[in-house]
Amino acid sequence: MNVIEVNKLSKHFGKFKAVDEISFAVSRGEIFGFLGANGAGKTTAMRMLCGLSLPTFGQAQVAGFDLYKNAEEIKRNIGYMSQKFSLYDDLNIRENIRFYGGIYGLTDSEIKAKTGTMLKNLKLEKEGNKLVKSLPLGWKQKLSFSVAMLHDPQIVFLDEPTGGVDPITRREFWTMIYEASDKGTTVFVTTHYMDEAEYCHRVSIMVDGKIDALGTPLELKNKFSSSTMGDVFIKLARKAKRGDD
Amino acid sequence: MMAAVKVDRVKKTFNPGKSIVTALENISFEVLRGELFGVIGPDGAGKTTLFRILTTLLLANQGEAQVDGLDVVKDFKIIRKQVGYMPGRFSLYQDLTVEENLSFFATLFNTSISANYDLIKDIYSHIEPFKHRKAGALSGGMKQKLALSCALIHRPSVLFLDEPTTGVDAVSRQEFWELLKNLQKQNITIVVSTPYMDEASLCNRVALLQEGRILDIDSPQGITKKFKKPLWAIRSKEMFRLMQDLNKMTEVESCYPFGQDHHVVIRNASLINLLENELVTLGHIDLKIKAIDATIEDSFMALMK
Amino acid sequence: MKQFLFFVRKEFLHLWRDKRTLFILFGMPIIQIFIFGFALTNEVKDSRIAILDEAKDEASEAIIHQLAASQYFDIEKTISEQQLVRAFREGKIKLAVVFPQKLKEQLQHTNAASVQLIADATDPNVANTLVNYASAIILDYQKQSKGFEPIPYTIKTEMRMLYNPQMKGSYNFVPGVMAMVLMLVCAMMTSISIVREKEMGTMEIILVSPMVPLLVMVAKMVPYFILSSVNIASILLLSVFVLDVPINGSLTLLVAECLLFTLTVLALGLLISSVSGSQQVAMLISLMGLFLPTVMFSGFMFPVENMPTALQVISNIVPAKWFYYIVKNVMIKGLGFQSIWKETLILVSMMIFLMAVSIKNFKTRLE
Repeated sequence: MNVIEVNKLSKHFGKFKAVDEISFAVSRGEIFGFLGANGAGKTTAMRMLCGLSLPTFGQAQVAGFDLYKNAEEIKRNIGYMSQKFSLYDDLNIRENIRFYGGIYGLTDSEIKAKTGTMLKNLKLEKEGNKLVKSLPLGWKQKLSFSVAMLHDPQIVFLDEPTGGVDPITRREFWTMIYEASDKGTTVFVTTHYMDEAEYCHRVSIMVDGKIDALGTPLELKNKFSSSTMGDVFIKLARKAKRGDD
Repeated sequence: MMAAVKVDRVKKTFNPGKSIVTALENISFEVLRGELFGVIGPDGAGKTTLFRILTTLLLANQGEAQVDGLDVVKDFKIIRKQVGYMPGRFSLYQDLTVEENLSFFATLFNTSISANYDLIKDIYSHIEPFKHRKAGALSGGMKQKLALSCALIHRPSVLFLDEPTTGVDAVSRQEFWELLKNLQKQNITIVVSTPYMDEASLCNRVALLQEGRILDIDSPQGITKKFKKPLWAIRSKEMFRLMQDLNKMTEVESCYPFGQDHHVVIRNASLINLLENELVTLGHIDLKIKAIDATIEDSFMALMK
Repeated sequence: MKQFLFFVRKEFLHLWRDKRTLFILFGMPIIQIFIFGFALTNEVKDSRIAILDEAKDEASEAIIHQLAASQYFDIEKTISEQQLVRAFREGKIKLAVVFPQKLKEQLQHTNAASVQLIADATDPNVANTLVNYASAIILDYQKQSKGFEPIPYTIKTEMRMLYNPQMKGSYNFVPGVMAMVLMLVCAMMTSISIVREKEMGTMEIILVSPMVPLLVMVAKMVPYFILSSVNIASILLLSVFVLDVPINGSLTLLVAECLLFTLTVLALGLLISSVSGSQQVAMLISLMGLFLPTVMFSGFMFPVENMPTALQVISNIVPAKWFYYIVKNVMIKGLGFQSIWKETLILVSMMIFLMAVSIKNFKTRLE
């Protein structure tokens, strides 16, 4: 079953076609890697799918809701985490969880239960009252992810979640992604680490606003005669006209 | 041969509010003249703090450092005239054009664009077609090259580049390192920091930095050679289940995903066949097991623990 | 609804943890209420007035007695007309009451006499108020003494408004506006510009270069210095040709004093930038710490002489207060350097002090 269906989705800014008729589908529980160079249109596309920006034209359904008519329902059914915007630095861990729990519409008892489980899973039981800004980056990322999943959304959008973290945390983070996907959550993730592209079930690569490649890592490596996803990416990115014009 | 950069037991702490944060702890290393030296570490490792101490922008709490034989504290004014520095987020004047930025920095260093043009020619040729464009309107890769040109314009003896490849696309990253290698031929000592482990192998020598401490300093090959434990790359059709199963096995010391394979450290090399049989029994298809040499990332992770 | 409440709760937490904003939100209004309620007043009390008594008879003594008894006036007797003129010039008095010779006689025989009220109208509001108070007291005396005289008589009060006969408000606020504009352009914009360089990260590169850091600061000040000069020129031109505010004194002196004030304020801008981490902080400090005190304590909106002593002392450290005094004296009163040399000296020492402190505070490193 497809949780995301996109058909010729486009976003124009005047004459500039930031996103140019992209089409793809993502099925339930999939880990979908959404790659592309800076300026290729990734962020713009993601914002549309999260209901944060209206497309210029094209169709899309996210979690069964139409992008144009039911943007608010979409937001209720998805989780979002980005490297830049996640938790409030001047609130402590418990306060952050309570806040987001409230925003997502959870009851007090649900929030209490989930807080306990989350702190235990992340081994942060004793740090519950510490301000987020005192946490090392790796913990912050893992905590952000858990909070994005607080309301058990169908889909979680991750925008370069592992930027700058140490290699061990990066992998622990991906273990969390795997576990989420195993439980049926669809994960839509963008990343600059090409080894992480290998962890995805399927990958799409955007170049100059269009999707130039879509398939499993294996399919793409075969298609572009490359041994790694990194090579695939470089081959496609070199063709790009945008970014250096 | 005099070291281009010498760091001796440097310690740096910060006091944000009530707490004390140790950014650097007992850092010592040397960079030889003409070397391409990498400081590799994730965010928060202390890379920027270290670079700021070396470029005389911060004072260390303990320890000493010299650049070109000059003390970073006493001779800071002279050092500031001779080094090149490209801080993180390569600060440029967004509302000035490429050419204006370059001439500004040239004038700042009492030189002109033409004086050392040969040095930046290769780099500048990429962006010259856009010389009348405002820096703010450039792509990440172009900004990177412009910032590098501005840092080189006065022919520095030592070049400090703080995370020049962060936030830039993969193609530009590759091109950048090629430019650095060419610069090396001009006998400029280059000290670069990066969070990308794979870029370590492009340096002559590297220092692995994590949470303010040095994990190791050596050439990339030297570091990976020190990885003594038996390391295997294992893959199968269902990678997640494979990882879960491997982590439950007693022979396995660690198992981490590494792209297409899982890098697995086994307690004893002889146990590999036992492991393979177990995996087959558990129903893993398309199983591929290969002994491999460690990468910098493997070494970094082992040293982290 | 629940989401909303949670959001509100979060906002309170943010607010509570940001001590600086808390102070501004709670502390400042309280301080301002106290100041506005008790200290700043448009009422004029205990104003220094002078009496030129050429009558020296019962009538004048009676009126003087009433004036002295009033809370509005503080009498300084004067003897001669020159002393009167000097007293006005030096700003020692705001009002003078002149009694003609043989006041009582005139009243008895001609049933009419005039008493002259001369006021310093560079601040027309104060002048008006004082004249009104004085007239009321004189009228009162009339009413009282009518009872003892068979024939009613009247005392006419003649009013003379010095320096600003048309009682134009603009005479008052042009110097005030000049001070505010310079404050804004020189202090706030300069400090923001320097801090912006820090925020952008380009300051780092500039520091790691042969350029003397202080010259960077001077370079930043130059455009704003020029801009302020243009501003001053336009204000003066507009005042003269559009608002009909004259420049009675020496233009050269006026311009020189303006430049002095500009330098003082630029030094302030530099000082603010060295303690501000972000552009917003710089702006906040400039507004709260400079602009507001300038409005309150320079004297152009509220008379400083009527504030409690403590605040009068504080007003002495506001450079704008001295500048305002100087400009009024030179521009409106047409006075020369002799009348303002003290104030100029104060401003010069302020400038030197601020320059020294801000240069010393200027960081050649990032910490």
